[in-house]
Amino acid sequence: MSSTPLPPGLQIEKVDERIMTLNVGPQHPGSGHMRIIVKIDGDYIVSADPDPGYVHRGEEKMAEYRNYVLNIPHLERPVIHDSCNVLYPYCLGVEELLGLEVPERAKYLRVIASELNRCVYIQYWLAIYGIFLGHSTMFMWPAGDRELYIDMLEKMTGARVTHSFFIPGGIRNDVPANFEDMLLKRVNYFEKRIKEYAAIFYDNPILISRTRDAGKLSREDAIRLGTTGSTLRASGVNFDLRVKEPYDAYGELDINVPTLKEGDAYARSKIPWLDMLESCNIIRQAVQKMPKSGSVRVKLKPNPKGGNDEVYKRVESGRGSLGCYVVSRNAPEPYRVKLSVGSFRNLICMPYLLKGEKLGNMPAVYWSLNYWPVEADR
Amino acid sequence: MLKDLLTPQNANVFIGKLGDVLVKAVDQPLGYAINWSRLWSLWPVHIETACCSVEFGAASGPRYDVERFGIIEAFGSLRQCDLVVVQGTITRKMAPRLRLVYDQMPEPKYVVAMGACAITGGLYFDSYNVLPGIDGILPVDVYVPGCPPRPETLIQGCMLLQEKIKRLKAR
Amino acid sequence: MSSSETTPVQQSAPPAPQSSAPPAPSESKQPPVKEIPPFEKSIADKIESQFGSKVKIDFVKPLRIRIKTSKEDVLQVAKFVRDEMHYDHAESVTGVDFPTEKEIEVVYHLGSYTDPQLANQVLALATRAPREENPNPGFDSTRLPSLRDIFYSVEFHERECFEMLGVYFDGHPDNRRLLLPEDWADLPPLRKDFRNKGR
Repeated sequence: MSSTPLPPGLQIEKVDERIMTLNVGPQHPGSGHMRIIVKIDGDYIVSADPDPGYVHRGEEKMAEYRNYVLNIPHLERPVIHDSCNVLYPYCLGVEELLGLEVPERAKYLRVIASELNRCVYIQYWLAIYGIFLGHSTMFMWPAGDRELYIDMLEKMTGARVTHSFFIPGGIRNDVPANFEDMLLKRVNYFEKRIKEYAAIFYDNPILISRTRDAGKLSREDAIRLGTTGSTLRASGVNFDLRVKEPYDAYGELDINVPTLKEGDAYARSKIPWLDMLESCNIIRQAVQKMPKSGSVRVKLKPNPKGGNDEVYKRVESGRGSLGCYVVSRNAPEPYRVKLSVGSFRNLICMPYLLKGEKLGNMPAVYWSLNYWPVEADR
Repeated sequence: MLKDLLTPQNANVFIGKLGDVLVKAVDQPLGYAINWSRLWSLWPVHIETACCSVEFGAASGPRYDVERFGIIEAFGSLRQCDLVVVQGTITRKMAPRLRLVYDQMPEPKYVVAMGACAITGGLYFDSYNVLPGIDGILPVDVYVPGCPPRPETLIQGCMLLQEKIKRLKAR
Repeated sequence: MSSSETTPVQQSAPPAPQSSAPPAPSESKQPPVKEIPPFEKSIADKIESQFGSKVKIDFVKPLRIRIKTSKEDVLQVAKFVRDEMHYDHAESVTGVDFPTEKEIEVVYHLGSYTDPQLANQVLALATRAPREENPNPGFDSTRLPSLRDIFYSVEFHERECFEMLGVYFDGHPDNRRLLLPEDWADLPPLRKDFRNKGR
């Protein structure tokens, strides 16, 4: 090996004696399923190098062996608490490949399911953010309130978190009778409930002093780094695919995308909460405009074959834009499936934002990026 | 009489015999007490390995509240923990770390395999980066099936573990 | 597309042509009616007029354009696309292995946040690297120029592509391993000749 010079990036680097290297994770209360290799000088972070891959399960390779329908269960596992949204672009893509037209009622039910799922995801994220900041009440409240929507999703789909609800050509089955009334009742309660979070969390002076001005990301850098979702919208870019590139029934709904300008950890933690309030509005509109009856899926012939084509579809998930690139080569199995996930795209912010930050601010900045390690690893 | 028995030559033997008698008399109640205190304060180590951690989090939440069964919320320092809940898929990158965590924990320690992936590899049976179950790296006490298991199933699994600890000989 | 799998379409087809056949451009979901949308066409024409035969327009679909270029020209095309067309970030970098053609294709999906007109557009920029039967990632001829200096956001995507398909990106500052275990000594897993166990 010594005869051939190593390519750049594979060379061994020399480290100063002052600088200490810390491995944060994978067994660490402030890391999740990943490791961040942090170099610190005193209390200040000199460099941070994220090391994901602890949950890399090779789902893109597995998708090449299964047909278009069998791919559904394992492609929703990256984010099981946001499983409708993570499956959404794949279903949209396969529908375009197979030329399927989704019935009108299924479009609205998809919107409802994905908005419920977005709230469930954000509540879990918020609960963990509370733990990261040492705010135990903020773990208990969202963890309890998300069960309301999990109940609704369970009534809708039959499973607590892994729904496998969306299939190419519609949704798996219709909702039970009297579903709309139950849903609206819970949406109203949920909205009232999450408005109370402001008093204990978002207007809390301790939280504000902890997260304000921590990990500032300017608008230009947010665009240059290609961030997405709440990280992007907290930096003042009004970009939400539900408005910009409406899919299914989102085009007929009136959506106000929350945007903040500060770009710090506080703004990034507030955007998902505003998203939840907006989701409640979207669910109400969708229930109102939804056709009250009708078919919810088109019949799919067994083992459908895609043409010699490729699609790239994207939706707005709880973590930002989620793209799915499906290449088909005249076979029942896809030739290549690639999930371009929001968490992986926001990973690039981590070394950038943590540099120069205090070590104590690391969990506050890291989790405010709306990052779910399992999704980033796929 | 006693003087004959307890000579300087056989004092060691005598005290040893006395100790045996004492252990026989006290072992059972003391072991019961040790086990009883252990099983109502199981400290799971905070290591998430895959997506089942979502349901583990939900189990710690207010609705399911595992703390009332003596399983305390996931804890950061592994030196003070005695339970590993393997929350899902173990990849080839995670496996050595999981073993490292297990090795650093003090005895006695228990392992709960949560989810189909931790038991057999589950949905990822043919993936190139996933271990087919954690039996090869850790001695598992209780298997909790499901993909992911509901919080109730996890609670039931932990209660089975408590039953098991009750019957084990205290070390 | 073969004729047999159009059966699901035909079930929902009878109402669709009656309502949407006259204003065809807005509803271009039917596969047989291939309307080329004008805005996407103008973007593709702009690229084509700049580079001529160096760039091949693969398809122009509603909201999606795909162009293909050789690995010598990809830096030039990417620079033009960023500076003149206002595509400012990369959404994903996908490597696709084509063993029969002895090539590995790398597709950059580019999007724009700054230009509101391009918000829903995705430009797929494809380029191909030669593929070797016995790969030695980092040292063989499977190389491409890195777009990291043009689109900063491709940094981690290109690292992923390097380890998953063995495409070394020249000029990338950090071509280390990202997702796979440290002791991975097999083929890059997303190549087609790497088979999962039991398959």
